[in-house]
Amino acid sequence: MSNNGRPLSPHLSIYRWPITMTTSILHRVTGIALSIGSIVLVAWLFGVAMGAESYAIFLSYMDSILGRVLLIGWSFAFFFHLSNGVRHLVWDSGRGFEKSTANASAWFVLILAVILTALFWWIRL
Amino acid sequence: MTEFRLPKNSRISKGKHFPAADGVSNIRKFAVYRYDPSSDDNPRVDTYDVDMDNCGPMVLDALIKIKNEIDPTLTFRRSCREGICGSCAMNIDGGNTLACTRANDELKGDIKIYPLPHLPVVKDLVADLTNFYAQYASVKPWLQSRTPPPPDQERLQSKENQELINEPAACILCACCSTSCPSYWWNSDRYLGPAALLASYRWLVDSRDDATGERLDELEDPFKLYRCHTIMNCTQTCPKGLNPAKAIAETKKMMVERKH
Repeated sequence: MSNNGRPLSPHLSIYRWPITMTTSILHRVTGIALSIGSIVLVAWLFGVAMGAESYAIFLSYMDSILGRVLLIGWSFAFFFHLSNGVRHLVWDSGRGFEKSTANASAWFVLILAVILTALFWWIRL
Repeated sequence: MTEFRLPKNSRISKGKHFPAADGVSNIRKFAVYRYDPSSDDNPRVDTYDVDMDNCGPMVLDALIKIKNEIDPTLTFRRSCREGICGSCAMNIDGGNTLACTRANDELKGDIKIYPLPHLPVVKDLVADLTNFYAQYASVKPWLQSRTPPPPDQERLQSKENQELINEPAACILCACCSTSCPSYWWNSDRYLGPAALLASYRWLVDSRDDATGERLDELEDPFKLYRCHTIMNCTQTCPKGLNPAKAIAETKKMMVERKH
């Protein structure tokens, strides 16, 4: 599109994010994170298949501080993507589009994902 | 295309400050985006100290006061000053709205005013809406009927049928919704945006319109309709309280339902 040399008005840098925009971006970010995380899942299976020694190496990596932070991040990504995915399913039926409902459901899935992540690690440890 | 940074010629530089006259006590700062097409300078943000004891209640009142009393070069669109023409749509305090219906008292701190986001700027707060209007025209926003009208009366609708179009027909085409949408920011060349899709929906559900099939065919495209990812910025920002996001969801439903 030709702008005749006109400047583009500012967008991301000046827009105040509604909570629904935040959850929308998070849905995409967590989706990408999960795709990358699936490589780790493959590495885990690969480690098992290669025998005890290689599995121990895999565990030592994932048991490091960085490994744990990543795992917690991935588990949050999983629970958020899941909860928000269900929210999208409800939307596909044409429901939940009122401003107040959409804002409430955004906060709901965010808090739910945090609680599920905490619960997941609490049960595991 | 998704480009998060502004192009070089669009980055904002520091502007001028217009202090209030001596003795003015009730001051509110208005930070306003400025761009002068007759110079080679980048856009800037000028700050005006406005005497709120002698200013009307709305953001538009303040803008008019600035133009009349402080800086006559300030350029913006306005007409009806009662929220029905859509001319004074702009980004105020981070959200798109009409300057004439947004009260200064509703806003906290300095009031930041930019043109509608991600559009070519003609001058100051005036953005180029050519593409926006072309997209509106592309959904054929008029009645398409195959049947002759009754000889002795108008094409009547039931009360229920009329209620379906009441809300979408109340759109004033101010462009607040479309220019609030990140999907529209990145894909406005191919995605129609919430305003045009709301207009399209208004005719899709009109009981007197016979072109529903053709209208849906037109929208069956990876971009025109389906770039809506339910971010909801449109519905959040609409100064008329309309719900384009719901209209788009209903259109997507019609797409699925007609296959069965």
